[in-house]
Amino acid sequence: MTATAPWQRSAREIATAVRAGRLAPAEVAEAGFAGPGARWEREVHAVLAADVSARAVAAAAAPRDRSLAGVPVLVKDNLCTVDHPTTCGSRILEGWRSPYDATVVRRLREAGAVLVGKGNMDEFAMGSSTEFSAYGPTRNPHDLTRVPGGSSGGPAAAVAYGLVPIALGSDTGGSVRQPAAFCGVYGLKPTYGRLSRYGLVAFGSSLDQVGVFARHVGDVAAVYEALAGPDPFDASSRCGAPPDVRDWTAGVRGLRFGWPENLWREGVDGAIVAALERAASSLERAGAIRVPFEFLPGRYAVATYYLLATAEASSNLARFDGVRYGLRHRAADLGELYSGTRGRGFGPEVRRRILLGTYALSSGYHDQYYGKASAARTRIAAEYRAAFGHGDFMLLPATPTLPFRLGEKTGDPLAMYLSDVFTLGANLAGIPGLSVPMGLEPGGLPVGVQLLGPADSEPVLLRAARAIEMDGEPARIASAEEREPAWPGSR
Amino acid sequence: MAIDRAEAARIAALAKLELAEDELDAVAVQLSAVLEFVAQLDELGLEPGEATVLAPSGAPLRTDEPDGRTLAPGQATAGAPEAEDGFFLVPPVVENLEP
Repeated sequence: MTATAPWQRSAREIATAVRAGRLAPAEVAEAGFAGPGARWEREVHAVLAADVSARAVAAAAAPRDRSLAGVPVLVKDNLCTVDHPTTCGSRILEGWRSPYDATVVRRLREAGAVLVGKGNMDEFAMGSSTEFSAYGPTRNPHDLTRVPGGSSGGPAAAVAYGLVPIALGSDTGGSVRQPAAFCGVYGLKPTYGRLSRYGLVAFGSSLDQVGVFARHVGDVAAVYEALAGPDPFDASSRCGAPPDVRDWTAGVRGLRFGWPENLWREGVDGAIVAALERAASSLERAGAIRVPFEFLPGRYAVATYYLLATAEASSNLARFDGVRYGLRHRAADLGELYSGTRGRGFGPEVRRRILLGTYALSSGYHDQYYGKASAARTRIAAEYRAAFGHGDFMLLPATPTLPFRLGEKTGDPLAMYLSDVFTLGANLAGIPGLSVPMGLEPGGLPVGVQLLGPADSEPVLLRAARAIEMDGEPARIASAEEREPAWPGSR
Repeated sequence: MAIDRAEAARIAALAKLELAEDELDAVAVQLSAVLEFVAQLDELGLEPGEATVLAPSGAPLRTDEPDGRTLAPGQATAGAPEAEDGFFLVPPVVENLEP
């Protein structure tokens, strides 16, 4: 074990040390900020709110006999917290504080974790680069000229550079898995309904799911175990006990994985294709069986997704009108108050999506756009169900490209939307997906691949990710317990 | 389906979203491009009446189950820009109440 500073350790190592009385939660909560945070947070800008006194109170209150005892955690700024503002990266909620904790935040605290702050994000989770935050972009810790992905770019970057060992994001079309791939960490989007959405500010309610970032597969499993399960406060939460992920080290011998290589015959970066081959070889060495098959749902998924997600967003974001939360444009007339507040409070991408969603739902166009996209979605979900007839899970890219440069896609909404082509199918189908880091390409940028499985296949995805993690060459896939966080600017 | 400036203004009004005059043209161009892109769904040959709702997946519809956790009016209005005595304040909605 080369990692000794608390901020270099895995969440499970920290919790073990805290339970044994060898580490104090307050010491661990400060370590990330005093170490890598002091050196790099100014450049990376992963954090929107981090309050030393709130951190001290949370550390003092953390139960020390639980699974995540003393583990520092950053949560995306669209998860409600009582001890920090919840802005969703938007001016319209600047300074707003929730009167309650999101269920996942409450469960984190009950598991002993210490909430240390809120992570930067694209405004209302709309974006794929974290450049649409009203509070300035987050930068990729592996290369400060590049984006960390989005919309959960802050939490992903914070885990990558060592500020915290674990973080929560939200994934509506890939907003956990894409930034995880761009930052070189694990990113799990669970089955729809397995993690409560109560206290997650809604974007696309039929697609949104809270997700987990970590530098180790075992940490993803530990967080999932602490958070998953029904919530009476979320009508969309899945009934019954969640799948048991404690066997994440059980291996993949005899499992079959789909290999839809037609998806990456063109338009996918060569380094990602090479990483897919390495991941497949690792799985085969561990005893899994590769099953090539043709799979084409991505072709219509982007169009389907952007109609449904914007329609749901236009409805969900109607609540931000200058009456109940945050910003108000003062006007003598109520209509002017609404439109003035929303026009000034929402940024350009949110305005664009609200307008598209409003149009797709408007009289005369509902059937042509929203109705058609809803029907397309049922077909896409059926295609995913059929695909898992070829195997227990499938291996595919998380993104078509390596992390792009800041400003490269902000002027072209469609180009930005297309960067989600491999991730949003899982949201349309309600299935789980896991982004797996595959080390750095020769230029020093992180490369990731993605595992997808049928509903409630989280245990299988974690076992497969562990098989790949175990097989990693330290220089290419920093392996298991010895994984070093990224050091910004070290290239 | 191309969106022109007037249509962009109509959608913005429906969305209760004030846009600057010089923003309307850009919005019209961007929305037109997205609508042109999503028109590819026509190639799917979707049948009228084809299922548009996902089958319930472990989250069947149920009645609400209140458990007593509620917000006091003061808590609910604490984050509002203007509130008084547990009520949200807005400009007059109904005027000339005198008969």
